[in-house]
Amino acid sequence: MCLAIPGKVIEITEENGIQMGRIDYAGTVNTACLAYVPEVKIGQYVIVHAGFALSIVDEEEAKKTLELFGEIADQAARKGLDVFGMPLKPDDERGEKDQ
Amino acid sequence: MKYLEEFRDPHLAQKLLSGIATVTTKPWVIMEVCGGQTHAIIRNGIDQLLPRQIELVHGPGCPVCVTPLEMIDRALAIASREEVIFTSFGDMLRVPGSEKDLFMVKSEGGDVRMVYSPLDAVKLARENPNRQVVFFAVGFETTAPLTAMAVWQAKQQGLDNFTMLVAHVLVPPAMTALLSSSENRVQAFLAAGHVCTVMGWEEYLPISERYRVPIIVTGFEPVDILEGIFMAVQQLEQGRAEVENQYRRVVKREGNRPAQELIRRVFQVGSRKWRGIGEFPQSGLSLRPEFEEYDAEKRFDTESINVEEPPECISGLILQGLKKPHECDQFGKRCTPQSPMGATMVSSEGACAAYYNYHRHQDDRVES
Repeated sequence: MCLAIPGKVIEITEENGIQMGRIDYAGTVNTACLAYVPEVKIGQYVIVHAGFALSIVDEEEAKKTLELFGEIADQAARKGLDVFGMPLKPDDERGEKDQ
Repeated sequence: MKYLEEFRDPHLAQKLLSGIATVTTKPWVIMEVCGGQTHAIIRNGIDQLLPRQIELVHGPGCPVCVTPLEMIDRALAIASREEVIFTSFGDMLRVPGSEKDLFMVKSEGGDVRMVYSPLDAVKLARENPNRQVVFFAVGFETTAPLTAMAVWQAKQQGLDNFTMLVAHVLVPPAMTALLSSSENRVQAFLAAGHVCTVMGWEEYLPISERYRVPIIVTGFEPVDILEGIFMAVQQLEQGRAEVENQYRRVVKREGNRPAQELIRRVFQVGSRKWRGIGEFPQSGLSLRPEFEEYDAEKRFDTESINVEEPPECISGLILQGLKKPHECDQFGKRCTPQSPMGATMVSSEGACAAYYNYHRHQDDRVES
């Protein structure tokens, strides 16, 4: 029930005295209440739960998280085996196999 | 879709799985609190890919599942009234009460409508001044700012035909109750990322300290969940018990202040009954006295409806992480998503429905 998904703010409006907006979810556009993210600007991504934006996605943190995943996991994986008990294959080899 | 697909990258997931396998030396029990996370874990087979020493248990974070039977019966009584337009999120419509569900009330002529947002219910009240519009306010802290805004708006607009049936519950008291139990097995938590989006994570600091448990605020995509598990296992292996934030792109330490402010103005914290678990203090929200006129239980006088849970359903034990769905005698036999005996089988986020839908009828984890 706490499902919330990221979408891009493409328009900011007002309705009955509260800040509302149009949100683009990869092509599907819907209305959301923006009263809880008063500082939001057009073009920013927000996390929307049942028609309410609850947070502005921090682009820098998102990028850092993805980079860190790679680094931290790489370091740990360098010492270890994969989950099936087999030696880990180098990234490039796995990439070829998957393509 | 931006901010979703990159957090579903199978290469990153594989690396994190290897990382988890490398740091794990002992058996650990980790609870994911939120039903959305349970669903993502089972759908993606994350529990089967982890080292055997890591056991994931599924927490009480499914509001549909923990809404008590008597509250459903109260909803059914209100929805059956001729003057009422009863509005709800879609996932409450199929939850069985003692005798029927909201869909059956609708088929019998009741005006039951599914809405996307609580503000849609306020709009319905404005457009139908001669009807009573009721919204079923179910959910955790994530949803409370939405329903608080609905009541606030109804008051601003002077609507006297809008009320809410409030069944809001709070996550930290549930975690404390689990940890205080003598039967507790949980050694670390993945906290619910969207609850923390609203409330921040400072309220988890005393819980982590008092019970010496790592608490990782975690997102909902497979890579988020794996990093949350990785961070939890690292803390457990190193003997640390801290609150850490995996879901940094969305959750701030202080949460969403304007949302918290409106929750505080509209609701008060009090005792609430959880389906299958029982009543415990300070675990839910109800309307403040100054918003009493928006309380559907008062307007329609349903407070006298009290019912007991059916004894053969073990959803209470499942919600506390003490049993797995397939360990129930009724699972997949008398109890299925088509004919559910308890709420954990009804809600798509319920652990029983997740196990049933992804054919998880036994512990068929990949040998490592």
